[in-house]
Amino acid sequence: MLDADLENTKSMSIIVTKGSLDWAYPPFILATTAAAMDIETTMFFTFYGLPLLKKKLDLKMTTLGNPAMEMPMAGMHMKMPNMVSMIPGVDRAATTMMKNLMAKKGVASIEDLREAAVESDVRMIACQMTLDLFEYDKKDMIEGIELGGAATYMEVAAKSHINLFI
Amino acid sequence: MAEHTLNAEGLNCPLPILKAKKMLKGMASGDILKISATDPGSAADFAAFCTHTGNELLNSATEGDLYKFEIKRS
Repeated sequence: MLDADLENTKSMSIIVTKGSLDWAYPPFILATTAAAMDIETTMFFTFYGLPLLKKKLDLKMTTLGNPAMEMPMAGMHMKMPNMVSMIPGVDRAATTMMKNLMAKKGVASIEDLREAAVESDVRMIACQMTLDLFEYDKKDMIEGIELGGAATYMEVAAKSHINLFI
Repeated sequence: MAEHTLNAEGLNCPLPILKAKKMLKGMASGDILKISATDPGSAADFAAFCTHTGNELLNSATEGDLYKFEIKRS
């Protein structure tokens, strides 16, 4: 390795706290890209981010509490008022619509990005407290993850150049 | 110096970068990777990728809707 490469070697940590379909993207996109750019990357999955480590993913999204959500439709943008989320089936339809749109636009699935993250040696830490709190079993999670708590994360964060909370 | 090609057309961020990285990993130093993509963000992204990783961006061009890149493996 050249000296220039060594100087360029950096590290990043991301705290992943959200597990909806839309919010799962930023951490996985940044983690896989960072790893591709030789940035040593650690992801710490806590609270609602933890289920993103489950073997079988079935990510959903809601129109609730998201006034900025506008879906492209027939050349226009359809607003998603909070209220429609109460109607049974609306969130499921919004999820399907988003997944179809992503496939059409060549956006990777979360499953694919997660696999890419594992392949590129992104370190994944599952929050032990969240695991206990929500009664998850490590057996239901993907292979290769570690368990750890706040101190485990802080040890990584203290020596990382970039620390994100998503 | 071997030449490799990557068709990243139709793929959106960050897939062109991830696929390019995967190919570069299996290439020898000095080999060339030719990439074609349709993601308009790829022009800025491949420049940033090369600056950070030390691989040399020999060429970055637009041909109609296609974005073409040539990267020399460091």
